[in-house]
Amino acid sequence: MLKIADKEFSSRLFTGTGKFSSSKLMEDALTASGSELVTVALRRVDMNSQDDDILMHLNHPKINLLPNTSGVRTAKEAVFAAQLAREALETNWLKLEIHPDPKYLMPDPIETLLATEELAKLGFIILPYIHADPVLCKRLENAGASAVMPLGSPIGSNKGLKTIDFLEIIIEQSNVPVVVDAGIGSPSDAAKAMEIGADAVLVNTAIAVAGNPVQMAIAFKMAVEAGRMAYHARLAKQGNHAIASSPLTAFLDEEF
Amino acid sequence: MKNFKDLFETYSWEEVKESIYSKTKTDVEQALHATKRSLEDFKALVSPAAAKYLEPMAQLSQQLTRKRFGKVIQLYIPLYLSNECTNICTYCGFSLDNKVRRKTLSDEEILKEVAVIKALGYEHVLLVTGEANQTVHVEYFKRVLKLIHPYFAQISMEVQPLDTGEYTELIPLGLTSVLIYQETYHKEDYKKHHPKGKKSNFNYRLETPDRLGRAGIHKMGLGVLIGLEDWRTDSFFTALHLNYLEKTYWQTRYSLSFPRLRPFSGGLEPKVEMNDRELVQLICAYRLFNEEVEISLSTRESEKFRDHCVQLGITSISAGSKTNPGGYAVEPESLEQFEISDERSPELISAMIRSKGYEPVWKDWDKYFVS
Repeated sequence: MLKIADKEFSSRLFTGTGKFSSSKLMEDALTASGSELVTVALRRVDMNSQDDDILMHLNHPKINLLPNTSGVRTAKEAVFAAQLAREALETNWLKLEIHPDPKYLMPDPIETLLATEELAKLGFIILPYIHADPVLCKRLENAGASAVMPLGSPIGSNKGLKTIDFLEIIIEQSNVPVVVDAGIGSPSDAAKAMEIGADAVLVNTAIAVAGNPVQMAIAFKMAVEAGRMAYHARLAKQGNHAIASSPLTAFLDEEF
Repeated sequence: MKNFKDLFETYSWEEVKESIYSKTKTDVEQALHATKRSLEDFKALVSPAAAKYLEPMAQLSQQLTRKRFGKVIQLYIPLYLSNECTNICTYCGFSLDNKVRRKTLSDEEILKEVAVIKALGYEHVLLVTGEANQTVHVEYFKRVLKLIHPYFAQISMEVQPLDTGEYTELIPLGLTSVLIYQETYHKEDYKKHHPKGKKSNFNYRLETPDRLGRAGIHKMGLGVLIGLEDWRTDSFFTALHLNYLEKTYWQTRYSLSFPRLRPFSGGLEPKVEMNDRELVQLICAYRLFNEEVEISLSTRESEKFRDHCVQLGITSISAGSKTNPGGYAVEPESLEQFEISDERSPELISAMIRSKGYEPVWKDWDKYFVS
């Protein structure tokens, strides 16, 4: 079981709520995915309304909400938005997203660290979205992040695990769960992330924009399970040639 | 200090125009196959040579838009606050020389209009005025923003250009986005169309996006009024402007819109006609050039055209718009800026968007995002 802060998850597939062609389709896809942690942009919901369309479609016993701060540009704005979300949505979980660059939505490492320090003091369960930067991940862990969410490639790009070498270092060094977020374009990307030891993946665009989002959600569910199983079963080493002889060490077997 | 004007002045209108019109099929095919597209590619995509490639352009535009924005269309509505204007603009119903009764909404009237707009379901509003600096000045805008900020998730403005310091004062009061259309980048023609008033200063208008960028605005909208000059050349300069702004003010989001000149009582006939095929070409060319830019389409366009454009690359649409101050509740019969074409209600537009397999989005910002 994956444990983040005080909560256990049987599904290692986290999902998002944007870009779906209807709220009903979003609900169907997310329930089919088996996802138990679903991120939702504060900017998209009406926090003061009892009958917000998105929130109503996420009202399932297995789904935990992970509000995100998409749209804020500074630590100060993020902390303010987080406090409003906690009050309105009654959860202290937060996907911290600070991307002052609206074109590529690149996360700001400096503001993210500052906000994590501040929000940890205020008792939030913080999952920061960041670059695949191993040092930053350790700094965030020390600052009180409950997990880290490094990106696989630019958000929404479907380009897969372009940052794999750095993800492997992050996974090796981390004392908190590592969730690969952003860029996962296909179930095989998700499986790959799980094979290298990611604790979970977060997928949105690849499901929402698929020809059949419900089927794609199921495909991701299976891929994440397969990847996790492969990680536990330990992959055989890769190599192009069989080792036929040992020209450098064969002499050791010779009798002297 | 960096300024678009310096870059702009290194270009010649005639040279750009000639370059666009000499693009060949090979240039268009190269542009279609590129993964990152340059300004030269953009020229090819808006050139007459690209007309034959409309379907592949449209398919690519749809794919790129869905990847970035998803299957959603945002909805917004204009709120006209005033038709007072000290400018003469040859194409506009609010022009000083157009003898009509002028009106600027009072606080009480604004709240009446807001109530109607809110009842339609809107969270994103666009405030529009003419240019009347004696009455509709920055103090008026400050008052209006304070008055309506509690009601909307996102407030945009399409008013006269202001100074950097004035924008800096308005942003913390809830101003998220400013639309500032150059009308045309053809300097001589600009002067013909704007013979009198503060708007006749081409450079002050051209430098407005720089002032907005320096003030730290969240989002700004660019565009030209199609019908004043050669739309291909004008669109190239818009793309050049967008490119410059994105690099310089990298924390700002950008949107584009392509208003085609609409009739109003006693108004100007378009010098250059742009047909529907060409407008689709332009929308797709911008999308292929810039995958992240938001593109909006107003009620100037016809029902049928808007229905099809939903799937082609646009990201936001207005519905149920009135283009006269007081048009929603206070004084429905006052003079409108231009005649709208698509008169369907937001409810009908919303149903149309759903029927195309897209989700209408009413809220994608929050009034709490105020620095």
